[in-house]
Amino acid sequence: MSFDKLSAYTRREFIHAGLVLASASVMLPSFLQRSALAMAPKGGTTSIPGVPEDRVLVVIQLSGGNDGLNTVVPFGDGNYYKARPGIGIKEDRVLKLGKNTEVGLHPSLSGLADLYNDGQLTLIQGVGYPNPNRSHFKSMDIWHTADTDASGDGWLGRYFDAECCGFGKGESGTIEKPKGDPNPQIGIAVGREAPLAMKGRVVIPISFESAELFRWTGRDVDENLGDAYQRISNAGMQETMDPESNAGFLTRTALDAQVSSATIRRAVATKPRVQYPDGELSRQLQMVASMIAAGLKTRVYYVSLGGFDTHSGQGGENGRHANLLRFFGSALKAFYQDLKAQGNDQRVLTMSFSEFGRRVGQNASQGTDHGTAAPMFLAGPMVKAGIHNAHPSLTDLDQGDLKYGIDFRTVYAAVLDSWLKTDSRKVLDGSFTPAKVLRV
Amino acid sequence: MYQPTVSTQRDAPAEPGRRINDSTAPLNAKNFGFEEARHLLWRAGFGGTVSQINTLVRWGLNKSVDYLVDFEKVKDSPAPEFNADIMRPPSEEERREAEAARRMSGVDRETALAKIRVRRQNAEQEDRAQMREIQQWWLKQMIESPRPLQEKLTLLWHGHFATSYRTVEDSWHMFMQNQMFRKHAAGNFADMLYGIIRDPAMIAYLNNNDSRKGRPNENLARELMELFSLGVGNYGEKDIKEGAKALTGYTFRDDEFVFDRRNHDGSSKNILGRSGAMNGDDFVAAILERRECSRFVAYKLYKHFAGDYPSGRKTLDSAADRVIGDLASTIQLSRYELKPALKKLFLSQHFYDPALRGEQIKSPVQLVVGAVRSLNTPVRDLSRVCDAMGRMGQDIFFPPSVKGWDGGRSWINTATLFVRQNLMVFLLTGKRPEGKDPLAEQEPFDARAMLEQLREAYPQMSLSDPTSVTDAVLRFTIGRTNPSGRVALDEFARASEGKDINQTVTKMMLLISAMPEYQLC
Repeated sequence: MSFDKLSAYTRREFIHAGLVLASASVMLPSFLQRSALAMAPKGGTTSIPGVPEDRVLVVIQLSGGNDGLNTVVPFGDGNYYKARPGIGIKEDRVLKLGKNTEVGLHPSLSGLADLYNDGQLTLIQGVGYPNPNRSHFKSMDIWHTADTDASGDGWLGRYFDAECCGFGKGESGTIEKPKGDPNPQIGIAVGREAPLAMKGRVVIPISFESAELFRWTGRDVDENLGDAYQRISNAGMQETMDPESNAGFLTRTALDAQVSSATIRRAVATKPRVQYPDGELSRQLQMVASMIAAGLKTRVYYVSLGGFDTHSGQGGENGRHANLLRFFGSALKAFYQDLKAQGNDQRVLTMSFSEFGRRVGQNASQGTDHGTAAPMFLAGPMVKAGIHNAHPSLTDLDQGDLKYGIDFRTVYAAVLDSWLKTDSRKVLDGSFTPAKVLRV
Repeated sequence: MYQPTVSTQRDAPAEPGRRINDSTAPLNAKNFGFEEARHLLWRAGFGGTVSQINTLVRWGLNKSVDYLVDFEKVKDSPAPEFNADIMRPPSEEERREAEAARRMSGVDRETALAKIRVRRQNAEQEDRAQMREIQQWWLKQMIESPRPLQEKLTLLWHGHFATSYRTVEDSWHMFMQNQMFRKHAAGNFADMLYGIIRDPAMIAYLNNNDSRKGRPNENLARELMELFSLGVGNYGEKDIKEGAKALTGYTFRDDEFVFDRRNHDGSSKNILGRSGAMNGDDFVAAILERRECSRFVAYKLYKHFAGDYPSGRKTLDSAADRVIGDLASTIQLSRYELKPALKKLFLSQHFYDPALRGEQIKSPVQLVVGAVRSLNTPVRDLSRVCDAMGRMGQDIFFPPSVKGWDGGRSWINTATLFVRQNLMVFLLTGKRPEGKDPLAEQEPFDARAMLEQLREAYPQMSLSDPTSVTDAVLRFTIGRTNPSGRVALDEFARASEGKDINQTVTKMMLLISAMPEYQLC
């Protein structure tokens, strides 16, 4: 299979890609709404599962500010060891990347090293943005909105909005209500709450911690209630109901929820094709792989791993930070093994980021405080494998912090333009030359 | 987004039917029955029990509205004592300590700084815990308050002057702001506007504490006009720039508002057609002179209590447009006193038009508080309930941005709908997705009490006739007897005949609360 066969989908296809959703058609008469359920093909999709015609983006958020310098270790620079006498990673323990004599990976990241050696990993060094903000919330919001003022909707939300309804950032006040309610399965966040990044003005993604929470729990009280509940949710609108009313809207959403719940729960119930390691991120990625295998028409999945705010006792080769990195690397490796076994790996690009890196020097608590620039990773067979951009200098600092060398929005631009085949200028509100990090 | 009139809206498909009553003349007292009283309780409050509805019916329209709006006459218990000093500024001694640490070098310096950092982190942790307590307290207050309208207005102002703990990071300041909203809830909007530019939480949230002569921060000036008082299009960029100068020096120290004269720009300004050496209060006064301000407040009241506006439905919007105009005039006439406008709305024929009833999507707060207040379900576990409210998109004290919550249909998607339905399962039975509340058996939902009250309201209801019971329960819980899922509900009721009535009605409540119509009030 070659990548040029992957067709760029049109807006029309985008809208019709998902389930036959009743809410997408506000004027659908009630008898047709009921049959919308019957129209949804097995598996809930309109195309053949497993056929790699649609591209998927998976975003992994490392929350808390991942220490970039102990993730991608600049072992070739003596200043690194001077700045980190207690937590620095010894040169002979660093996982080397080919013949590179400057940087390598933390010893816990053997999963990433394997992907790298397999030509499936791009490491982008020194990623940041101008006037870095060191507040978790603010900096996270900046990454989510792709806006250094952290204002506006999420960048992926804007992508959804642009695709479904044809408008971009800043085009406020002139938008008419879309004809229907856009497909909520376009984005799925595994987690307690949908991240800001995925929230558009029109499109709201689905989010759930586990499939168990994406169902009605009343049936657990008395299983006889399940049937009645199903019938109530599928009842659709009465002839007397005004389809434009809120009652009509809710009735359609209830119908969608039934279809989505059934589809998603069926999907995540399937057994993975490979053994996943322990850990929360691993569990989340396993769910994503199952949903991809089931042929859900979701474009973007969002998962996250927290705990990176290592102000004290972060450890070096072993310890807290090392464990987090192991979760991350091993889960990502298993994820791609699973995707490959499914025959879906070519369709799935994964991107990881954290809201900021940490300070160059360790603090007195054997930890590190909030910093600035840090590495990003892109994984998948379609990445331009290797190391992208120079490692930031450890001596030419900005108030003790690394200076960024590449704006994260150029990476977003590459993902939007080359992978999702949309116009990044519209989504990012400004022109960012796409970083050359993908082979497509 | 605020739209001053509906004329800019695209024509929506004509809805079937009827003219909508757009009169703000009082409803004929004769027409104030169970349905109307139920509607009033849900909108001016968070819903009520059958006997509360019946009490309002007995009182009649005027007395009911007076009782709800003149709420100071009802005694309320004072708020608990929270700790004001968790996030206090450093003491003299701590300041000296920090200075000394900065003068040190090497390991000593790092150790001393680390000690200070740990102290700060502990305080932050303690403060986050207090914020959760305050959050739960307010939820409890909304559930238990004998003054539902006061709490509902406090919620309105919280969303209107949206301020998030995420940025403020001082739970006491959030609490003080909440108490200010409560104090002026149905008072005078001008007091609220003068209050908000002196409010430490708001000043911190919109960075006015960084706003100094020579480099003003425009954040507060902009939002003061755009979101708090006039709406987009009713001021210019120059008003923002000049307004920001007027607000320089409006800051706070510890928990107190401070006018910092040294950092205030005392130059002559020109804002909204007024000029002079205006300060922040003069800026607010200039805003309050604008007609647009009374219309903006009227629009906010309408949206909170009456219905979506604009809704995209032409007949509804043109009626709403007229009513908002009337309310705006009332507000202007009363010099921003809110009670006359509130009473006018709650008495009006328009407010009771069938097109408005049962057509507002409950906010997560409305859903939760309404369920407990109307059904008398156990509250079970406030922290779990707060958690669920976050999942439904309304984390009180944590609005998503200064724009507050969009409300309406934005509350609902396939995921939040399950959270809403499952929260009702939790309140009614104690069942959680991952197990059962250990206290569930000791705290069952008492359906019998509801049935007793319903029998009083509907003498024709008979426990031996399932249809009559279903009719009565539906009229009380969703305000109509013919929801889409009625057939399935009837069949379930018939199949349960002869079984324990309390259990059967509890299960029927599970089904009813899972109906799309239950999300409306």
